[in-house]
Amino acid sequence: MSKIRKQSEYEKTFAYRFFRWLGGEKDIFVGNMEMQPQKEYVEEEATIEERMKDRQQAMAEVYDGSHNMELRFFKILYKIFSVVFCIAIMAVLILTVSYLPEVGDPNRPTSNIVTETYISDGLGDTGAVNIVTGMILSYRAFDTFGETNVLFIATCCVMIMLMVDEDKIKKNKDSNDRGFEPKNDVILQVIAKFLVPIVFLFGIYIILNGHLSPGGGFSGGAMIGAGMILYVAAFGFDKTEKFFNEHVYKVIKVTALLCYGCIVTYYFLTGANGLECLILLGEPGKILSGGITLPINIFVGSEVACTMYAFYALFRRGGL
Amino acid sequence: MDIIRNFPCLSILLSMFTAIICSALKGKGARRLSTILVMVVGILSICTLYLTGATGQSYVYVMGHFPAPFGNEIRFGTLEAGMALFFCIIMLLSLAGGRKKIKMEIDPHKENLYYIMVDLLLSSLLALVYTNDLFTAYVFVEINTIAACGLIMISEHGRTIEAATRYMIMSLLGSGLFLIGICLLYDMTGHLLMSNIHESIQMIVNDGMYTIPLLVTIALIVVGLAIKSALFPFHSWLPDAYGYSTVSSAAMLSSLVSKGYIFLLIKLIYRVIGFDTFLDSKIINVLYIFGLAGMIMGSVNAIKENDIRRMISFSSVAQIGYIYMGFGLGTTAAMVASVFHILSHAATKSLLFVSAVGLTDVSGGKKRFEELTGAAYRNKIAGVAFTVGALSMVGIPVFSGFVSKLLFAQAAIQSHDKLLPTLIVLAISTVLNAIYFMKTVIRIYTPSHGKYDSVAMKEKPLYAITLVCFIVLNVVLGMCSEPITGWIIKGLSLFA
Repeated sequence: MSKIRKQSEYEKTFAYRFFRWLGGEKDIFVGNMEMQPQKEYVEEEATIEERMKDRQQAMAEVYDGSHNMELRFFKILYKIFSVVFCIAIMAVLILTVSYLPEVGDPNRPTSNIVTETYISDGLGDTGAVNIVTGMILSYRAFDTFGETNVLFIATCCVMIMLMVDEDKIKKNKDSNDRGFEPKNDVILQVIAKFLVPIVFLFGIYIILNGHLSPGGGFSGGAMIGAGMILYVAAFGFDKTEKFFNEHVYKVIKVTALLCYGCIVTYYFLTGANGLECLILLGEPGKILSGGITLPINIFVGSEVACTMYAFYALFRRGGL
Repeated sequence: MDIIRNFPCLSILLSMFTAIICSALKGKGARRLSTILVMVVGILSICTLYLTGATGQSYVYVMGHFPAPFGNEIRFGTLEAGMALFFCIIMLLSLAGGRKKIKMEIDPHKENLYYIMVDLLLSSLLALVYTNDLFTAYVFVEINTIAACGLIMISEHGRTIEAATRYMIMSLLGSGLFLIGICLLYDMTGHLLMSNIHESIQMIVNDGMYTIPLLVTIALIVVGLAIKSALFPFHSWLPDAYGYSTVSSAAMLSSLVSKGYIFLLIKLIYRVIGFDTFLDSKIINVLYIFGLAGMIMGSVNAIKENDIRRMISFSSVAQIGYIYMGFGLGTTAAMVASVFHILSHAATKSLLFVSAVGLTDVSGGKKRFEELTGAAYRNKIAGVAFTVGALSMVGIPVFSGFVSKLLFAQAAIQSHDKLLPTLIVLAISTVLNAIYFMKTVIRIYTPSHGKYDSVAMKEKPLYAITLVCFIVLNVVLGMCSEPITGWIIKGLSLFA
């Protein structure tokens, strides 16, 4: 038998307090204990710096060769092994080359029907007196188109790395160091006045005569690019921008590559499907001859010139 | 029918054209154009696959007016066409899955440059798949390398630039070795076209000439391509490059770039060096051992990692190890298993990267494991997709990873002296895979207090659709393995 307690008596028991606490009616700590919300932990600037200093000191001590014997041993071993490895690879490659056929040997495998045909039929097939240009632009047109695309993608990669945003310059004047150009040099300017037209002319000559004499789009384009770099170095970007800015660069690059691509596509499709190529070979030795060689040389030349100049401008000031 | 023969050449040239046009467009236009391009190339590849599958032979396509051995050539059979189609699918899905991230992480003025890189990457992959000329292969390896560098460093912060520098140094070393190998081959045979080199090498081997240069050449080419595709001791560039770049780049790098080089290596083994010559050289044992080491060390490194993206990257090292282990076994069955693993790994790894980014996004953008607790409840579809990817990597039936492991084991049984190590390492590697993938799955399904907001799928329809497509692709590869292996065997027989 259990007896019924009075309410006032029951309120004093442990069970009453326990069930009240369990039910969440009363928090036993409220009133009995001083309570404060936890302070948010804020790391002071000074402690961060101190910790970084500590870390740097620790790193410096760990990687200090004079105390850490293991590390010193490893570094020495690393050097020795890398030298030994390089020498071993060199030895293997030299050994390999010594087994290969001698240079200039008429019976070596490389002097086979392919090279003979290039020499004997090259002029008739491609219409280019310069066999090398004819070979890379007609026989191996696909490789050369790929190679031109390598130049194109290389410029794009440099742009990703170095191109400075115009908006950023407007917002943040400090990041603009384009104003700090070196003062133009009088000697350089006088020389450039004479030299730049000659360099341009020679470059154009090499491009246009690529199928007749040594040279071609790649070498001629590099020359024109060098001429433009010389002009920029002498007269600064302000003057160059009057005739060659980003817009012009884009137009020239896209037109040249697209035209080149169209010619190559036409050439591939006609060739593979057994159709006649309608681009005439012309009379060998004339400037208007060589079939697809001459136009491709021009387009490759302008692309290479643009690439050369773009590299220089991007590295110097992060924009064209 | 006859017009289809032009499609492989056209798809390579089309991607180059698109890249050129993209350089004149703004970011949005470039994105649309590139997406259309990848779809069009995929359709062209389907046509090519249909043609080669219907006639059952491989075609030689002369690039220009001069037939072999004077001009360039491409050659395509059913395996090449299927590979091109598969690459297009993965590229499309990776781009769609990481589209939001591309917008967020890339400077809007440079977005078109990203798509130039993507287009040229596609063109170089197609060229590597289709080419029948060693020098063309080298040119497009170059484009591939530069494009991959651009893809890594486009989200400009210190980590990616460092990663891109590392990648470039290692990758150029690989290209250099590959180029020296090509030069030596040219000196010995006098040809650059694969079929002609193959004939000459057959003669050289029969005459017993140039044994040492041939061995060195095979070693240089194989090691060069192994460096570029991150075989185990040469993998130091990989975790940073995959772990810090934007997610589409990571997915494409892991599932397309390295696979392109591996496919080129398979091509070189069959079409240039000759399978028997390759077997007789002792290089395959080196590949076998490196493959086995990679399978274990990649997984061990992944277990140690505390960053989900880097963990997935290290898992790639292990999976590349599987593929090279298949080369090392030196049987046709193992080769089939390797090719299948290329497909299965490409499908799974890009799925893992894309789903992992969904999980980290709902965890405040943090990639550490403690932050990821309960992430699968906050982004449900990403959680399911990650689980599917993890199960596939571990090798659970129904998913693609199981089939490739089964094929490897079957191939191992055929070779008697390499049977035991292969099976033991396969078992160890599976257990290690399970350790780190299941750890992650359990972690993301552990309920947590609501520290971060959850995301409903309606908010990101494109992302959800992409993940569903990836899951379907995985299950299809796992369930329909019979016709796919049949296709691979047929394609490899056309290679020789």
